[in-house]
Amino acid sequence: MSAPAAEPLVQVEDLHTYYGKSHILHGVSLHVGRGEVVGLLGRNGVGKSTTLKTIMGLVPPAQGSIRYEGRSIAGTPPHVLARHGIAYVPEDRRIFRLLTVMENLRTGLDRRGVTDARRRELLEQVFASFPVLAERRNQAGGTLSGGEQQMLAIARAMMLEPRIILLDEPTEGLMPRMVAQIREIVDTLQRQGVAILLVEQNVPLTLAASRRIYIMEKGVVRHHCAAAELSVHDPIIQQYLGV
Amino acid sequence: MDLILGFVQSAPVELIIVQTINGIVTGMILALVASGLTLIFGIMDVVNFAHGELFMLGAYCGVVVFALTGNFWLALLTAAFLVALFGAALQIVTLRPLVGRDPLTTILATFGTSLILQNYALWQFGPVSRKIGEPITSQFTLFYLQYPWYRIAVALLSAAIIGAFYLFLKHSKFGIWIRATTQDRLMAQAMGIPVPWVLTGVFAFGAALAAASGVLFAPLGGVYHTMGLDWVLKAFIVVVVGGMGSLGGSIVAAIFISLLEAYASIWVSPAQAVIVSFVALILTLLFRPTGLFATPK
Repeated sequence: MSAPAAEPLVQVEDLHTYYGKSHILHGVSLHVGRGEVVGLLGRNGVGKSTTLKTIMGLVPPAQGSIRYEGRSIAGTPPHVLARHGIAYVPEDRRIFRLLTVMENLRTGLDRRGVTDARRRELLEQVFASFPVLAERRNQAGGTLSGGEQQMLAIARAMMLEPRIILLDEPTEGLMPRMVAQIREIVDTLQRQGVAILLVEQNVPLTLAASRRIYIMEKGVVRHHCAAAELSVHDPIIQQYLGV
Repeated sequence: MDLILGFVQSAPVELIIVQTINGIVTGMILALVASGLTLIFGIMDVVNFAHGELFMLGAYCGVVVFALTGNFWLALLTAAFLVALFGAALQIVTLRPLVGRDPLTTILATFGTSLILQNYALWQFGPVSRKIGEPITSQFTLFYLQYPWYRIAVALLSAAIIGAFYLFLKHSKFGIWIRATTQDRLMAQAMGIPVPWVLTGVFAFGAALAAASGVLFAPLGGVYHTMGLDWVLKAFIVVVVGGMGSLGGSIVAAIFISLLEAYASIWVSPAQAVIVSFVALILTLLFRPTGLFATPK
């Protein structure tokens, strides 16, 4: 799967998604470049999470195109996308609660083509980023704290060696110390060339971590700009995100 | 009180010991049948009404291979393998299209399959019961009777198969896939686990367990087209009493119920002893509807 350098890694155009009869996405268009961190902001219920789920193939799009590395992927089952480098970290983390930390990681690690050396490397890398996971490797996922579960969810996604991570509200409900840790891992991933589509409520963090920002309202993208152009007190932020 | 004591004392100790061994032997076969059933229910949310027919089909496969080769152990392995393949095909054709639909549709599908398989067996093999010779014919003296070693071997072999199955679930890559899929199907898919094939694999695996128990039981009870009915009925009781989807619970419940029946048949005929299983079922449903040994998902 090679594509010309000019083509974005993920390109979504005019995406419409329904849950039953309710129309959630009304024509979302956005793109994420290779190795680029892109923020997706908006109030609750405007369709940010649904956008991620639709890209991941967990919700079928009714209309519109999703292209990944230059190929159309609408209708491709999620497990195939995961094998091709799209990882998903859901808002509610969705750790396998009865599996141990190690077994949770193995769900992404037990793939064809991962050598023993590569396995060790990947594990060492996440254990270096999240030492607490190494300590708890034989503990059931359900016994971890909320912050530890979030780290496990991200670590689990990293086991897939993804080209892009769809990261849904990673700092929701976390203590400030853990928020800083999440911020660090986002930067680390970016340095390694992993693209991230970041859905967040935490505006300062999103502006600091991302290169570009999309702002959604009522199922469509209303605003798109470089992150550097926006500040936390910008009127646009107030208009779409202020309470 | 005197009445009850006198009743218990009316059974000699030897008889109670013999019935304990009988109960454990039947219980281990039942546990093997029920573990396939509970596995399929736990991961797929499918109540497999065709499970007894997979048991029966396994036994007939055993009969055919045994007739051709005369080797019981080869018959056991071949039957498990062939019925696993058949189970995979069955799942792909009848159950995979129903994923995400009302679970009632899967009941209709598996029930229909069981009727077809039963009548196919009747048409193909006729109504006369077949038998597979016991691979171990020696016996040992147990008080006043000659007890066949084969029955002990069946119990040990069933335990070994269940133990191997447990280790497989616990440590292998496919076992982790199965447990992840049981807990969160969508997230399992998002982690790259090929969930549709995991479901097919699990059904094939459950079918193989049923077939293996069918062959193991064949020398004891004969092979006929409705032989699965008794077993699957008891296996359903075991799965409910043990807690739907709980492997450990099913094993304990299988032995518990078989022991109950074995003891009851000291005083009443075996046909009437079945009543105690139903009493256990009704009491469980009344007081612990989630099963005696249910574990949270």
